[in-house]
Amino acid sequence: MTWSEMSPLLWEATGQTAVMVGWSTLFTVLFGLPLGVCLAGTDRAGLFPAPVVRRVLGLVVNVGRSLPFIVLMIAVIPVTRVLTGTTIGTAAAVVPLTIGAVPFFARLVETALREVGRDVVQAAEAMGAGRVTIVTRVLLPEALPGLVAGLTVAVVTLISYSAMAGVIGGGGLGDLAVRYGYQRFETTLMVVTVVVLVVVVQLAQTVGDAVARRLSHR
Amino acid sequence: MITVTGLRKAYGEVVALDGVDLHVGKGEVFGVLGRSGAGKSTLLRCVNLLERPDEGTVTVDGRELTALGAADLRRARQRIGMIHQHFALLSSRTVAGNVAFPLEVMGVGRAARARRVAEMLDLVGLADRAGAYPAQLSGGQKQRVGIARALAAEPSVLLSDEATSALDPATTQSILALLRRLNRELGLTILLITHEMDVIKAVCDSAAIMSDGRIAEAGRIPDLLATPGSRLAAELFPLPPAEPGTVTVAVAADQTLLSRLTRAYDVDVAVVGGAVEQVAGAPAGRLRLRITGAGAADALTHLRERGLMPEEDR
Repeated sequence: MTWSEMSPLLWEATGQTAVMVGWSTLFTVLFGLPLGVCLAGTDRAGLFPAPVVRRVLGLVVNVGRSLPFIVLMIAVIPVTRVLTGTTIGTAAAVVPLTIGAVPFFARLVETALREVGRDVVQAAEAMGAGRVTIVTRVLLPEALPGLVAGLTVAVVTLISYSAMAGVIGGGGLGDLAVRYGYQRFETTLMVVTVVVLVVVVQLAQTVGDAVARRLSHR
Repeated sequence: MITVTGLRKAYGEVVALDGVDLHVGKGEVFGVLGRSGAGKSTLLRCVNLLERPDEGTVTVDGRELTALGAADLRRARQRIGMIHQHFALLSSRTVAGNVAFPLEVMGVGRAARARRVAEMLDLVGLADRAGAYPAQLSGGQKQRVGIARALAAEPSVLLSDEATSALDPATTQSILALLRRLNRELGLTILLITHEMDVIKAVCDSAAIMSDGRIAEAGRIPDLLATPGSRLAAELFPLPPAEPGTVTVAVAADQTLLSRLTRAYDVDVAVVGGAVEQVAGAPAGRLRLRITGAGAADALTHLRERGLMPEEDR
């Protein structure tokens, strides 16, 4: 395979990966952040203790995390159909990707929020701040570097998950490597795809680290 | 300004507060002394209801906090400043941002907030560090930010939770001097807890000593020094072991006491031990004296009548 043959394939696959990872990252933050806040907040020592709620949430999150992504992707097909009207394609892949990453990211959010000192939260309580104020103006800003670090890990995980999206016709770099590199013995393309994936992950990690460092004033 | 009655608080089997009554007058600096585990921290945290007592009432500035609902309690807390041992500053905000926080909570507008923050930073001498982050400050500077933040909402009361325990001695003195100044200039009522005797000596008008969840002793410091068998007096001004023929005398504002004794009763006064220091800006202390001579008995009577002789040693 020549470069001019590979180039359009690579661009298309990279674009598909970007779309899948981009949208699922957005939805992961949208759902995972509040879920993480709930996980941290409902803890016995949290801002709004609710042991039963916490146990239920914890259970759901753990079930989500214990499924291998490839199994989860198939298992949630009915949900995908309801949400996107289709079960194959790049858009359809966003649903299992999001469902797979939300519990994972929620745990990372929970950990990041726990890192915020109890004394800081109590100081805010002593100043008469309510729970919403404490979440939005104390917990989240204080945990921001940790949240960004967690998001970086989530993005890298999503990139890795998205490699399996070929199974449901999602396309992307992983799919390209499997279809051409493996099934058609296009070793050159395989190597190039691997390089592109490594570069993309490296880029995500570097940008994430830099942002986290800039945000941290500790 | 602060009245606490019948406060009880238990954590499972452990009784942290076992019926505490306390009164802090307006403009007073009141220190609660005790070892760790004595319950003083729980007591302080009960005053703004960070801990809710099992029994008893807390009244601050005429409002019974223990009777308030959640929203009213939050509003009342805005008028009670608090400073913390480990400063509890927001690391994600600048110095100015930290001081602005309580004002944001109260819903003060941006312009008014900026004015007040500048005023507060001036007050604590940190106007030039407004844009710095807490991590860039020394411990003493952090506590100054803590004080500026605590006072931004113009509270009538300041609670201090071991505010100088994490600081070195020189910084401790400067923070205490600042608290004393704020007390004088703003008429601020301060309730502080500490395990350090020097804190009590440096700033407090009154003090209480706590042990096992109870207030063992409380009162104005000069009064306590003149109280026979006072634990607080003994802790503040430890004396050498008693010897036969000596008496212990409390020294307060009356600084010429000894010279007047020698003149009026024709006695010799020897100081066997003791100390006199500045307590809340006035000399106070305890001395162990041996009074000999013709008028010794009359001199002792005089001291006893004036209530200056807490202990008679034999």
